[in-house]
Amino acid sequence: MSGILASMIDGLLIGSVYGLAAMGLSLIWGVMDVINLTHGAVIALGMFGMYILFAAFPVNAYLLLLPVIAAGLLLGLLIYWIAVHWVIGRSQLSSLLSTFAVNMMIIGIGTAIWSTSPYNVNFTLRGITVGAYTFDGNHLAAAGAAVIIGLALELFLYRTRPGKAIRAVADNREAAELMGISSTMVLALAFAIGIALAASSGALVSTLFPFTILSGAGYQMKSFVVTVLAGLGKPLGALVAGVLLGLLEGAVTPFIAVSWIPLIEFGLFVVVLVAFPKGIFARATA
Amino acid sequence: MKRLVLAVFVLVALFVTTGFAQTLTVGFTVSNTGSMNVDSVEQLHGFELWRDQVNAAGGIKAGGKNYKIQFVSYDDESNSKRVQQLYSRLILQDKADFLFSPYSSPLTATAAIVTEQYEKVMLTTGAAEGKTYTLGNHYLFQMFTPGAEYLKGVLDMLKTKDPKAAVAFVYEDSSFSVSVVNPAKAYAQQLGFNVAFSEAYAPNTTDFSAIIDKVIASKSTVLLGGGHYADGSTLARQVYSHKVPLKMVTLLVAPDSPKWGELGDAAVGVIVPSQWEPQTAFKAQYGPSGADFAKAYAGKYNTPPSYESAGGYACGLVLQRAIEQAGGPDTAKVAAALNATDITTFYGRTKFSTAANEHGLQVGHAMVLAQWQKDKSGALVKQVVWPLAAKSANLVYPIH
Repeated sequence: MSGILASMIDGLLIGSVYGLAAMGLSLIWGVMDVINLTHGAVIALGMFGMYILFAAFPVNAYLLLLPVIAAGLLLGLLIYWIAVHWVIGRSQLSSLLSTFAVNMMIIGIGTAIWSTSPYNVNFTLRGITVGAYTFDGNHLAAAGAAVIIGLALELFLYRTRPGKAIRAVADNREAAELMGISSTMVLALAFAIGIALAASSGALVSTLFPFTILSGAGYQMKSFVVTVLAGLGKPLGALVAGVLLGLLEGAVTPFIAVSWIPLIEFGLFVVVLVAFPKGIFARATA
Repeated sequence: MKRLVLAVFVLVALFVTTGFAQTLTVGFTVSNTGSMNVDSVEQLHGFELWRDQVNAAGGIKAGGKNYKIQFVSYDDESNSKRVQQLYSRLILQDKADFLFSPYSSPLTATAAIVTEQYEKVMLTTGAAEGKTYTLGNHYLFQMFTPGAEYLKGVLDMLKTKDPKAAVAFVYEDSSFSVSVVNPAKAYAQQLGFNVAFSEAYAPNTTDFSAIIDKVIASKSTVLLGGGHYADGSTLARQVYSHKVPLKMVTLLVAPDSPKWGELGDAAVGVIVPSQWEPQTAFKAQYGPSGADFAKAYAGKYNTPPSYESAGGYACGLVLQRAIEQAGGPDTAKVAAALNATDITTFYGRTKFSTAANEHGLQVGHAMVLAQWQKDKSGALVKQVVWPLAAKSANLVYPIH
């Protein structure tokens, strides 16, 4: 197997986790017009959630995703009622500041509890070896889990009444309310799902790499790139864009130093913002 | 009556100045948070053990007086900007008499600018980059062997084992790692090794898949590099999980931490250039023996000392001796005593360069190589494998 192909497969695997991380941001941004700056901190909480659960119940770590998602939903509702509900409909600066404040609180509390020392989830799945290259079992499992969660969200949004209500509120809140949909409840649900997605992506990342309470920041930045790439309010598009971003990373790294990757990613971010302000998928379907 | 009051006052003053120990303030920052956290706290534990032992013995005895040690320290968050502010605060507000360095070369380089500006003695430990000492400083004294020496021993050892090895350098893009790897690359080529791959990574890197794929593609047989704990431990885990066919892995700093053993099988065989190991039995001319230090440290912190811990303790020990030699805490006299220092402690030899172009650079201390191996019971232990005269076990090569 060539190094380029191996690198692209590695990129594809991690890209699906980027995509899952971005889905939560994209959903909240698209439905509520709120740029959720708690995103990175919640990803980090998802990492520690997995760490704590795995320490208590040392079973297959990927089975523990379900309680992490459940805890994420509850946390999302809590954050919504504490910090987001009151700024819905106000300027984006209000929601930015509000969610940023919650972000700082989470980071502060997390630092007090866990410091910023690295933690690991010591769970390893057997990898697959092809020639000189071995693809880590955890990467394969995390990518599979990310795709399953992404598809489940898509089914939820398009095949269930609450999902359809979320899409209706995203399209036209007033019209949805006239149809008897409680937009407040729907917004709370959408925010909770967004937070649960972020937490689940953090939980998956924790099975791949060591982490600290500050580790979510890097994934938050990637989530912004992926969300802009996909266009707002397109969770499945975010998953696909995440995979594309990972593939791009994998395709270019054999030829350049990895330290150039952020430059390429954020260069892409600017290009997409200028050339495709509604995301590459919006342009393709217009 | 007035005479009586005056006499009592004078007597009390005399009693206070001679009978009670005075206090010397030593200031420094610790990375309680941030990427340097693990190594920095180990260094702090070395400082603290020294302080506690000195104070328990009545303080430093110099010029007929006793000086107890008090610390003033702050969390620098592994952040250079914080270091700049905090060292100014330590000198100007906290009136620190002497300073110890933060952990790591970049933070120390920042602190040194401040301490030199105020002409304060700073002993540096956990900071191996040599460049800082070429800038004409007068009050800066380095405890660690300079970075340029870190990987030379590994290459010398590799030359005896496998002169045809293909070497990959994968290292943190930080001033310390660059100061180690650049001379090592030149030395590897001088020894005739094929440097098959070389790449630096960002200090906060967590995903090494892309670099590991490149190492495999380069057909390297040996990997040298790393940086600090967070990135080094991650790199080792991923090299292991990707089953990279390497015969030897040598990483900077991280494998010296007792936490390294928590990596399990990923830790096995990894080599670390070390400033000190408990097995290196130097005959101490001053201070405790290595065994006594290790025992006291383990008793206090329930973990064996790392070389960062040993560096921290030795830093205090060398300052203590200089204050004793100077007859007190006068900065100029202590600096002169440090310039004249040539002493062997449990940590090894310490001697500072007095040449104008590298004043304060450590020129007396030598490093060893330690390798994580499994003992007969299957437990992971660190063994000294180089130099041969100091080895506690044979080098395991190849590791797979």
